[in-house]
Amino acid sequence: MSTATTTSKKKGGFLAGTANYLDERVGMGGILKEFGRKIFPDHWSFMLGEVALYSFLVLLLSGVFLTFFFQPSQVPVIYDGVYGPLKGAEMSIAYKSALDISFEVRGGLLMRELHHWAALLFVAAAGLHMMRVFFTGAFRKPREINWVVGFALFVLAMAGGFTGYSLPDDLLSGNGLRIIDGMIKGVPVIGAYVSSMLFGGEFPGTHIVARLYGLHILLIPALILVFIAIHLFMVVIHKHTHFSGPGRRDDNVVGYPLMPVYVGKAGGFFFVVFGVLMLVAATVSINPIWLYGSYDPSPVSAGTQPDWYIGWADGALRLAPTHLEVVTGPYTWAWNILLPILVLVVFMVVVAFYPFFEAWVTGDKREHHVLDRPRNAPTRTAIGAAGMTFYAVLWAGASTDLIATHFLLSLNGVLTTLQISLIVAPIIAFLVTKRVCLSLQRKDREIVLHGRETGRIIRHPHGEYEEIHEALPAHEMYKLVDFVDYQPTIARPNAQGKITASARLRAAWSRFYFEDRVVPVTATELAEAQSHHAHAEVEAAPAAKKTTKKAIAK
Amino acid sequence: MATKNESHDAEHEYSAGLAVVPADKIADPGLDEPHRVRMTDKSKKHEKAAANQVATWFLVSIVGSIAAIVFYFVFPISADLNTVRNNTFFVGISIALGMLAIGFGAVHWAKTLMPDAEVAEARHQTRGSEEVRARAIEIVNLANQESGFSRRKLIRRSLYGALALFPLPGLVLFKDMTTDPNPTETLRHTMWSKGVRLTTDPTGTPIKASDITLGSVFHVIPEGLNAREDKLEQKAKAAVLLVRLDPADIKSDKEKAWGYDGIVAYSKICTHVGCPVALYEQHTHHLLCPCHQSTFDITNDCEVIFGPASHPLPQLPITVDAEGYLVAKSDFHKPVGPSFWER
Repeated sequence: MSTATTTSKKKGGFLAGTANYLDERVGMGGILKEFGRKIFPDHWSFMLGEVALYSFLVLLLSGVFLTFFFQPSQVPVIYDGVYGPLKGAEMSIAYKSALDISFEVRGGLLMRELHHWAALLFVAAAGLHMMRVFFTGAFRKPREINWVVGFALFVLAMAGGFTGYSLPDDLLSGNGLRIIDGMIKGVPVIGAYVSSMLFGGEFPGTHIVARLYGLHILLIPALILVFIAIHLFMVVIHKHTHFSGPGRRDDNVVGYPLMPVYVGKAGGFFFVVFGVLMLVAATVSINPIWLYGSYDPSPVSAGTQPDWYIGWADGALRLAPTHLEVVTGPYTWAWNILLPILVLVVFMVVVAFYPFFEAWVTGDKREHHVLDRPRNAPTRTAIGAAGMTFYAVLWAGASTDLIATHFLLSLNGVLTTLQISLIVAPIIAFLVTKRVCLSLQRKDREIVLHGRETGRIIRHPHGEYEEIHEALPAHEMYKLVDFVDYQPTIARPNAQGKITASARLRAAWSRFYFEDRVVPVTATELAEAQSHHAHAEVEAAPAAKKTTKKAIAK
Repeated sequence: MATKNESHDAEHEYSAGLAVVPADKIADPGLDEPHRVRMTDKSKKHEKAAANQVATWFLVSIVGSIAAIVFYFVFPISADLNTVRNNTFFVGISIALGMLAIGFGAVHWAKTLMPDAEVAEARHQTRGSEEVRARAIEIVNLANQESGFSRRKLIRRSLYGALALFPLPGLVLFKDMTTDPNPTETLRHTMWSKGVRLTTDPTGTPIKASDITLGSVFHVIPEGLNAREDKLEQKAKAAVLLVRLDPADIKSDKEKAWGYDGIVAYSKICTHVGCPVALYEQHTHHLLCPCHQSTFDITNDCEVIFGPASHPLPQLPITVDAEGYLVAKSDFHKPVGPSFWER
C-alpha cells in the first residue's frame, strides 16, 4: 500500500498522503484542529450515556442480522423444524422464522439474545444517564432543550423495545399486544376505531406484526439516530459539564483531550460494552419463545412479566382501583384504563418540563457548566428521589402476583399496600432525602470550618481529652464550598404596582425550594474559624508542651 | 464552530435570579492540585511492562476472534438442540473475548501510558456576540423585506391555510388500514348463536352435559371455529369458560336461568384489557385473570370482586340439544372483552 503514495509533495508515507487527500477534499485539517484536542471532563457517571449509545450501536448491528432471517408475516403454517415439542403445530410465519433463527441459523440464537439484552441495557443506561443529569443539575441553562431531546430518546427507546418485543408473535408478545389493544379501546370516542386501524380489523388480525416491523426497523431507529445526532451536536456546542472543584468554572472546561486520551478510553469502552453484552448473550438465556408457543387468544401463562421498562406501565394498570368505570347514557368512560394512562402521561410531562420549572423558580438566567453535587440542591434531589420512588412503586405494581407468591403474602394485601405506597412513599422519600441532603451539607460546613477528624486524641494538662482536627488542603476544601446558593424571595409588585398571581406562586415555590437552605462557608467565616483554632492550639497542644518544658526547667 | 470569535467580546451579563452572588467566596486555589505520579511515569521498567500488557490484550483479542471463526465451523448445529447451545456458547464467548480484550487494552493504554494531567480549555457563552446577533437580525429583516412576508398579508395567510391542509390527504390515506366500516358493531357480535354447540378448546370436540362433573372446568370454543379462516379473531371474542357448580351455590337467578343444571358458561375474555381469564379457583369459585389479577365471582354472575376490571364477564346462555350436547341459546347479550366508548 505505501508504495502507491508518490505525491508531488512527498512529505511522508501513506498516512501523510491520506491526510492530505482528505484535507483537500473534506477539509479534514480544520475538523481535526477544531475537534482533535477537544476537552472532555472525566467522571465515572459520564459513562452512563456512553453505555446507552454503544448499546444502541449493538442493537443496530445485531438487528440488521436478524432482519436477514426474520419474516414479519402472520400467514399460518405448520411447523416442521427441528424443535420437537412444536412439530406439527400451526403457527404464523413470523413465529416460525423466529424459531428458525434460534435453531437453524448458526449464531442466530446468539444474535437474538444479544439484541434483546442490548435493548434492556439501552433503556436502562438511558434511564440512569437521565438520573445522573437530573441529580447533578446538568439540565440547567443552556442544556434545557437537550434534556427534552434526551427525554424523547428515552421514550423512543421504550417504543423501540415494545415494538420489537411484539414481533416474534409468541404467546407472551401476543398477550402484550392484547393489553395494548384493550388500552386503546378504552380511549373515549375514537378507541374502537383506532384499535381497528392498528390491527387492520379485529384483534389480532394478520397485519399487526408487519406494521410493527416497519416501525421497529425503520421509523423508530431512524428517529433515534436523528435525536442522538441532535443530542451529541448540542454536547459539542455546549461542551461537557464538569463537577465543581479547584479551577473548574462556568467559563472553562477541565479534562482530557479527545485525541488521544478519550479516543483510547471511550473507544475502548465501546468494545467493553459490546464484549460484556456478547458475554451475557452467550451465557444467559433470554426470551425463550419456543417455550411459550404461538399466539392464541385463549391460553395465557400466570406470572408472566413484561420487559423491565414496560413494567411501570403494566403496574399502573394493575394499581387502578376496582369499579372505576363510569357509564353516562350510551357511553362508557373506562377510567380504570384512562386513569393509569393519565398517571403515566402526567409523570412523563413533569419529567420533560422540569428544567423549565426550576429555571422559573430560581429566575437564574446564567449559564451553568459546573455540576451540582446532589446534596447542594436538596429540594431538587428530594424531588428526584420522590419521582424515582413513584416510578419504583408502579414498577413493583407489575409484579404484585409474583411478590404475593414468592413471599407468601396475600395478593390483595400487596396490591392495597402498593396503592397506598404510590401516594405515601414518594412523600416519605422526599422528606427523608431532603433531610439527608441538608445534614450532609452541614457536615461539609463542619469539615471546612473545623477540619477533618484525624483520630489522634491528646490529653491536656488539665485532664481534658481532645481529638485533633486537621484543616483540609485548599483544593479539597474548595470542592465543599463551591456551589450555587439560592435564597427564597417574597412576592414583589410589578411595574404597575400589582402583585401578580404568578409572582405569589413563584414566591411560594421559592420558599418550598430554599427556605431551609444551608449556605456555603464564606472566606470571613473560614478566617474566623481558623484564627479561633490557631488560638485554641496555642492554648492546647504546643502550649502544653511549653509549660511542661518550663516546669522541668524550673 | 470554526468561526468562533476569539476577540475580547465582553460576556453577556445574565440575571442571577434568586442566586446569592457571593462577595466573600473562598478563593479558588486553581487547577494545580497535587498530582499522584504514576509508576509508568517514574520508571522505565513499569512503562515497558504496561506497554507489554496492552499489546498482550490486543494479541488475546486476535486469538478470540480467530477462535470464534474456528468454533463457528467446529460446532455446526443440527436437530440436536445441544449443538445449538454449544455453538451459541463457544462462538459467543470467543467473540466476547475478542472485543473485551480490545477494550481492556485500549483503556489500559489510555490510563497508564497517555498523559494523565487534566487540562483546561476556555468555554464561551452559547449566545452569539452582539455583532453576530445584529447581523442575524439584519438577515431576517432583509429576507422579510425582500419576500414581503409581513407586508403581503394575503400571501401569508393563504400560505398558512395551504400548509395547514396539505397533511390531511396524507392522514386520510391511512383510512384503509382497516377495512371494517363499523368496528363497534363488529365488537358486539361473536360466533355464538342459537344452537351452536359448545366444543373443547383446542380440539373442537362437542361436550355432553352429562360428561361435566361437579367443579370441573372446560375451556370452550364454538363448533366450527377451527375451520374458519379468521379463527384467531373469532376466538379472541368467543372463548368461553364452562364450569359446573352446585345449583345451591349460585346466588343469581339470571345466572341459573341462563345455565343448565348448574353448568354455566362465561366469556373468558377479561373485561379489563382482554387477557384470557384462565384461572379457576375451585374452592372459592373465583375466576382470576393472570395479567392484572381482576377477580370475578362465578357464583354471583361473575361480578368483579377485586382488581382493575369494572364490569362482570358476560354470560353465554346455554341449554342442551336433542342429543344431550351443550348448545348456545343465543349470542352474548353484552359485548365481550375490554370496555369501549359505545359499549
